[in-house]
Amino acid sequence: MQHHLVLRVIAKLLFAPILLFAFYVQFHGDFGPGGGFQAGLIFASAFVLHGLLFDVSSARQFLPDRLLQVGAAVGVLLYAGTGLASVLLGGNFLDYDHLAEAPTSGQHLGIILVEAGVGITVACVVVMVFRAFADHLPCLREQDW
Amino acid sequence: MLFAFLIATALGIAYLRHLFAVVMLAGMFSLLSALLLLSMDAADVAFTEAAVGAGIATILMLGAMALTERQEKPLKSSMLKRLPALAVAGSFGALLIYAMFDAPPFGDPFAPAQVHVAPYYIEQTAREIDVPNLVTAILASYRGFDTLGEVVVIFTAGIGVALLLGGFVFRERSK
Repeated sequence: MQHHLVLRVIAKLLFAPILLFAFYVQFHGDFGPGGGFQAGLIFASAFVLHGLLFDVSSARQFLPDRLLQVGAAVGVLLYAGTGLASVLLGGNFLDYDHLAEAPTSGQHLGIILVEAGVGITVACVVVMVFRAFADHLPCLREQDW
Repeated sequence: MLFAFLIATALGIAYLRHLFAVVMLAGMFSLLSALLLLSMDAADVAFTEAAVGAGIATILMLGAMALTERQEKPLKSSMLKRLPALAVAGSFGALLIYAMFDAPPFGDPFAPAQVHVAPYYIEQTAREIDVPNLVTAILASYRGFDTLGEVVVIFTAGIGVALLLGGFVFRERSK
C-alpha cells in the first residue's frame, strides 16, 4: 500500500476528527443517539483506518498492545466499580441514586462513568482484535485483490 | 423499497462465489439494515448497526478472508443431496411466516412489548434519571446489569481472539 497517496493523506486528515467525533458521541450520549459502545467503535475505527493504510508498528508506538490489554480490563472494572461504589454508598448494585447528593445528579454521574467504562473496553478490544488479524497478514500486493 | 434492496443483497451474497464481493455485499446489507432501523426512528440501534456491521465487521471479515481463500469452492454435491436442506429451510421459512400472522401489527400501541415495562420507563425517566435520551437511561441505568454483562462478553471475546491469534503480550517474568 505504498503508493496510495490520496488515501494516506485523507486518512491522516481524518484521524483527528474521527477521534474528536468519538468523544462527542461518548459524552453526548445522554442527549442524542450514541453512547459508550458506539463511541468506542468510532475511536477504534480511527486506528483501524490508520492500520489499513500505514504500518501497524507505527501505531503501536503511540498505542502499545500492553495499554490495550490494560484498557480493556480497566473499562470492565470501571463499570463494575461504579456498581460497587453505589453499594458502598448505601444503594443496590448499579443503583446510582446514592453516588451524589441528589438522586438525579447521582444518576448522571453513574451513567457517565458506566458509559466511559463501556467505551474504553470496546475501543481497546476492537483495536486488539484488528491487530491480532493484521499481524498474521503479509503485506498485501495489489493483484491479490 | 429498502426491503427490496435488502433481499437483492441477500440473494447476491447467496449466489456469488467471489468472497471479496460477498464481504462487500455483507457490509452493504448492514448499511441497508441501519437505514431501515433509522426509518423506524431507532437512531441508537441504527448507529450501532452502521458502526459494527458496516464498519468494523467488514474490515474483520476482509482480514479473515485474506488469511484464507479468495474464492468459495464450487458445490460438488448433486441436486438430490441438497433437497433435504431446501426442505428444512423452506419449512422453517413457512413456520416464520405462519408465526408472523400472530404478531401484533407494526407500531401497535397495545402490543405486549409496549405495555410491559416501557410505559414505566417513558413516564419515570424524566423524574428519576433526568436524561433526555431515553435509550441511554434504559441501557445504562434501568438495565445497567445487562449492559455490564455485555461489556464482560466483549472483554471475554477480545481476550479469546487475542489468545487464539497470538496478539497477547505477556510480561516477561525472568530470564
